Amino acid sequence: MNNTIGLINGVAHVLPEDPWCLVDDDQPLDSISSPIISFARWQSLREKGDLDQLSCGVLLGPDDDPETVAPGLDTLPLIALEFPSFRDGRAYTQANLLRTRYGYKGDLRATGDVLRDQLGLMRHCGFSSFAVREDKSVLEALKGLFGFDMIYARSVTNPEPLFRRRSAK
Amino acid sequence: MYRYDEYDHALVQARVAQFRDQVARRLSGELSEEEFLPLRLQNGVYLQRHAYMLRVAIPYGTLSANQLRALARIAEEFDRGYGHFTTRQNIQFNWIALERVPDILQLLADQEMHAIQTSGNCVRNITTEAFAGVASDELIDPRPLAEILRQWSTVNPEFLFLPRKFKIAISSSEMDRAAIRAHDVGLYLYRGENGEMLLRVMVGGGLGRTPILNETIREALPWQHLLTYVEAVLRVYNRYGRRDNKYKARIKILVKALGVEAFAQEVEREWEQIRDGVAELTSEEYARVAHEFQAPDYERIDAIDPDFGAWLARNPAFSVWVQNNTRAHKMPGYSSVILSTKPGTSAPPGDVTAEQMRVVADLAEKYGFGEIRVAHEQNLVLPDIRKRDLYALWKALRAQNLATPNIGLLTDVISCPGGDYCSLASTRSLPVAKAIQQRFDNLDFLHDLGELSLNISGCVNACGHHHIGNIGILGVDKNGEEFFQITIGGAQGKESSIGKVIGPAFRAEEVPEAIDRLLSVYLSYREVEERFVDTVRRIGIAPFKEGVYQRETAKVEASA
Ligand code: HEM
Ligand code: SF4
Repeated sequence: MNNTIGLINGVAHVLPEDPWCLVDDDQPLDSISSPIISFARWQSLREKGDLDQLSCGVLLGPDDDPETVAPGLDTLPLIALEFPSFRDGRAYTQANLLRTRYGYKGDLRATGDVLRDQLGLMRHCGFSSFAVREDKSVLEALKGLFGFDMIYARSVTNPEPLFRRRSAK
Repeated sequence: MYRYDEYDHALVQARVAQFRDQVARRLSGELSEEEFLPLRLQNGVYLQRHAYMLRVAIPYGTLSANQLRALARIAEEFDRGYGHFTTRQNIQFNWIALERVPDILQLLADQEMHAIQTSGNCVRNITTEAFAGVASDELIDPRPLAEILRQWSTVNPEFLFLPRKFKIAISSSEMDRAAIRAHDVGLYLYRGENGEMLLRVMVGGGLGRTPILNETIREALPWQHLLTYVEAVLRVYNRYGRRDNKYKARIKILVKALGVEAFAQEVEREWEQIRDGVAELTSEEYARVAHEFQAPDYERIDAIDPDFGAWLARNPAFSVWVQNNTRAHKMPGYSSVILSTKPGTSAPPGDVTAEQMRVVADLAEKYGFGEIRVAHEQNLVLPDIRKRDLYALWKALRAQNLATPNIGLLTDVISCPGGDYCSLASTRSLPVAKAIQQRFDNLDFLHDLGELSLNISGCVNACGHHHIGNIGILGVDKNGEEFFQITIGGAQGKESSIGKVIGPAFRAEEVPEAIDRLLSVYLSYREVEERFVDTVRRIGIAPFKEGVYQRETAKVEASA
């Protein structure tokens, strides 16, 4: 995907050659090295035993329940979550659940209406890469991961809420 | 009062810097208005009819004298010399230039205040009642848990883009003075058999176009689970709340759609997964925060002060004010004093000038412990006043037009700003409030009527809480003309109820007459010491309907 930022050892970088691409359901997979396919397609390939588990990523829509991918999480290299609009916050909860409840360790990518001013929130909820909206400058967006970042509650990146850290002092 | 620690300070300062950059990017055109909108809302900036408005949070309604002075300075230097206190313990400045907002936020941050999440589809300012910590009917001081919730919800990354706004209120007294049942989440704090702190969790309240009181989904929740339980509620809401229709997006609609039991089960299931983790509150944290709310150094004084008694006997106006505008304090010899922001026709409900703010700040220091509270009814409160100082305080307040003895009476009107400011308004609510205050300015009559709340909203969004006013007035637009629909029997507090419409709407100029007729019906039916709302409950709305519309009906019959 173009315009993508990734966390490398926790530090944000622009990924110049990101191999992943979103693939429509009617597009064949053979020519694509790192496709991200829809959840429905992923499920049906998996049931048929046709899924190349190690090279396919899956895209969850905001209505999809993260629990349904839980059985395949160990081998999934990438899960993309979609922000149909940056004002639709369901993917924050999905990301948090994938990381904290289902223990997903692979790459968790934000796609769709992904904008600079929300990147820090996404990182807190467990996203590790960000496909910034194509009409935006990825270098500008990168700044979104270096500014204001303080919270009180716990998050995926701050597993302890502030009050536990405060009292540890 | 809660004082910021290093982290709290650093957070609000960093937030100001972030918003300064966002404003600059908006002004340069790098951010579109659409992209900027939620960012400015989450920093309290609305676009009104004529200008930007800034809404500043007053968490759980508590201000220090210096904080109030900072608000006065903002009113003077950045606005037109006044601010407007709202029903949810915020203050709004109506005439703000966007490019100056970062400087205002900086002033606020320097005084341990902010405007974070006072708007937008996120958890809003946590509110409680104005007499927290001092009321004689209080069970437990709700402010420590309110502050803990404030911190938890501030910039909580998972819950900043909810389907719709989310309002939480907490209360812990015999009388509920925080309208907790009209909130998305209402929390009632009480003690269990062994003295432990427990919470009743009520979900799904809200007014707007579909007024609903919240329902209990959990009794006896140990306080340690406050944050995890609210987290579970918010997570269920964030996942399943409707996003296709703005008017069906509040949590109340989800609760109704699932049914309160199914909703509660869903929350419990989510909660089971997180309840015993690191987010469970600790006694150390509670103690740390509660320490900040320690009672001030009260003097040990007698409950009865002879000078005070003498002034009561000598000065009837003072005595009426004491009776109406002061409340019982848990400490003998002290009272809480309510400053009415409803002097009648000279200023709209909730408006306070910079000069008044400064005087109130000075008085809070001179006679109290430098603390001021903001009440749901848009009034201010000086919580800790020695009875012996009441007379001097009264005289000082009178000079500032803040001693109108009408607290809890008909002219203590709650009103939204309406069409004079608000761009969503269907009608202008302030002139109606003014006409009512003008018509009923006889204090003896008001006192005879007794406790009576009157709430006005300029449109169905119900910012004036008209559904839960004993008399509610809702402005509606009919083919470009302003009309006002009247409801009666609404109430807030423990006996909350939603008012019922009495009949066809009125033109603005007819409203005071209609109210007058409602009151005549009440006066002719009431039993000894019976409040307006109790009479409505006892006899129903039919006699009121008849009394209000009789002449019109007579006319129709005559011409038929
Ligand atoms: C420009 C000014 C304002 C705008 C644009 C505005 C807008 C709105 C809207 C759209 C709602 C309905 C939300 C819903 O049902 O989902 C609402 C609710 C509310 N507003 Fe305002 N408002 C404004 C000023 C005020 C003021 C001045 C007050 C207090 C005096 C206030 C207090 C409230 C309250 C308490 C509610 C909650 C009612 C509920 O639970 O549904 N608002 N506001
Ligand atoms: S009730 Fe309507 S008119 Fe009044 S402030 Fe709210 S949105 Fe504006």
